[in-house]
Amino acid sequence: MANPTTPATDAFVSAFEQNLPALPGRGVDWLDALRQDGIRQFSDLGLPGAKVEAWKYTRLRPLEDTSYRPVAASDGEAAVDRIPTLYEDGASARLVFFNGCLRDDLSRLDKLPDGVTVQSLGQAIADDPDWVAEHLSRIGDPDGKPLLALNTAMMNGGVVVRVAKNVRVETPIEIVYVAGLTETPVAYYPRNLIVMEPGSDVTIVKHHNGLGVGAYFANSATEILVGDNARLRHYRIQTENLEATHLTSIHARVGRDATYETFGLSAGGRLSRTESFVRLEGSGAHCGLNGAYLMRGREHCDNTTIIEHTVPHTTCREVFKGVLDDEARGVFQGKIVVHKDAQKTDGQMLAKTLLLSDSAEIDTKPELEIYADDVKCAHGATTGQLDDTALFYLRSRGIPDALARNLLVQSFVAEAMEEISDDHVREALTNLVVHRLPAQCYLSEEWTREKAAS
Amino acid sequence: MLKINNLHVSVDGKEILKGIDLSINAGETHAIMGPNGSGKSTLSYTLAGRDGYEVTKGEVLYKGRDLMELEPEERAGEGVFLAFQYPVEIPGVANTTFLKEALNAQRRYRGEEELDAMAFIKMLREKTKELGISDDMLKRAVNVGFSGGEKKRNEVLQMAVLNPTLAVLDETDSGLDIDALKVVADGVNALRSPDRATLVITHYQRLLDHIVPDFVHVLAHGRIQRSGGKELALELEEKGYAEFADAAE
Repeated sequence: MANPTTPATDAFVSAFEQNLPALPGRGVDWLDALRQDGIRQFSDLGLPGAKVEAWKYTRLRPLEDTSYRPVAASDGEAAVDRIPTLYEDGASARLVFFNGCLRDDLSRLDKLPDGVTVQSLGQAIADDPDWVAEHLSRIGDPDGKPLLALNTAMMNGGVVVRVAKNVRVETPIEIVYVAGLTETPVAYYPRNLIVMEPGSDVTIVKHHNGLGVGAYFANSATEILVGDNARLRHYRIQTENLEATHLTSIHARVGRDATYETFGLSAGGRLSRTESFVRLEGSGAHCGLNGAYLMRGREHCDNTTIIEHTVPHTTCREVFKGVLDDEARGVFQGKIVVHKDAQKTDGQMLAKTLLLSDSAEIDTKPELEIYADDVKCAHGATTGQLDDTALFYLRSRGIPDALARNLLVQSFVAEAMEEISDDHVREALTNLVVHRLPAQCYLSEEWTREKAAS
Repeated sequence: MLKINNLHVSVDGKEILKGIDLSINAGETHAIMGPNGSGKSTLSYTLAGRDGYEVTKGEVLYKGRDLMELEPEERAGEGVFLAFQYPVEIPGVANTTFLKEALNAQRRYRGEEELDAMAFIKMLREKTKELGISDDMLKRAVNVGFSGGEKKRNEVLQMAVLNPTLAVLDETDSGLDIDALKVVADGVNALRSPDRATLVITHYQRLLDHIVPDFVHVLAHGRIQRSGGKELALELEEKGYAEFADAAE
């Protein structure tokens, strides 16, 4: 058990009590009850400490040392000159939040076809509270998850996406969280809900981007229901600032013949952890749960995943690539659970880490938990350094050392990138990786030109 | 162009080259032949500047300059090229990207304008046509999934694109069937010119039927034991290296 009586836990509980009147949906009975239930759970469990097995490698020191106040409306007012996006101007629909506050002036939803609804959580609760009540906190399993419980209590923003039966949404939807620039540390709690009815198809890109300075705590949760025969491509980009603590969880349930494809790129943040809980609940369901992380300085990045196969004939594939430089730390905990009835499960997990410095560190824990007897499951994990022979090969062709290293890192990450089925997104994320590379000197023609222009 | 004087090289504290003397002029093609373990690959890696090859004595002058004080990428920029015995696979980097990055890095080094994408592709098309290299090989990641012959042809393509003044071919014939050998040899021959020097390192005489050298040197026990014209290769083919094995001190 965690230690529920720490001052940090108490501080979050009292912040909840003070902030409650300002939270969206105040006065909606079921929601008030949900929030109260959340804070009770959080208070019982407390912030997870080192004694909690699932948190053994990730300590939440910033949450213990720093006092975060909940964001106020005024924290969301600053000018934002660059909104992170993977698309040309106007090619995506988007909702933009700054320090957790919705920015209508930066958002744009006019591109969306009939049959898809994208709105803020507050608006969804106001418009159709019964529908929200049916789904919110019903998709994910809240038990034993203190940070999800805290999010449930405090949720102050977020996006609800509903896609109607057989609707194929061509326009990608971007959910954009930008944070930073506050004088004192702030906390914000987005809660996203994605509900796809049978046969629907959509691409959703979520950004968490930090502006240069200002400490903040982003505690986010996303619940996802992928209906029978539906297909969701869910891409996540985390480029938080060096003072940020980013704790997020994904709770997805995937129906018969449905596909949930997700890729998370973590490329910035003092302390980050992404927990993914995916349940494959209909035969023919498939999950591609992939990611890459590039960390440097003293950044810490944790990816913890649990994929559950609950019925026969489901498949999953998981590829994570990590690149750690300086004194960065990485954690990968991946678990595939095959329930007793889930015969013919095919599950593959691969986690590879590249250490660019002697002081970088990775903890990798792949696990298979199999209760069925006719399954095909495998996992692999490797940790290594840059290949000297390959480095020499590139240099012997005239490519300078730093550029050669970057090319090799890029080549290492590419194996995970190849899991991204959307060509445009794959290219855009590859570009992001290139710009984040340790030596920062990838002199490709395009980049040189871009730099010259700016 | 290249002058090697009394070169001693150690790897992991063990002396492999024990006093090499070799002089190559522009326009010449030299072959170094020798048994396994004679130091052939050590010589080629030393010239290209691989880490861990420590020069303990002697010097290597290239165009009158001390080659050993340059980084591998600087040597490449100065026009030194090594065709690897075992070309390295680089997953995730397309062959075309690799070639373009390499060429433009060398051009930047020499203070020349970079080639833009159009000019580069045009130049590349010409070279690939000459060498019978498919578009597919250009799109694929560097050497990944290439057959032995494709890897060696890819080395020759790199050489054609980078246009070096000193080309060192390390066992370029190993693992090739006769057809692939001809393609590779034709590629190398096409690059022979009065401004360029070529050093062919090989275990077998067979390659030298196709890339006919001006001089042949026998390397054994870390030293050049004998030098001669192209007929020396034929003699070695007949007698083998036994004579030089006996010459060991």
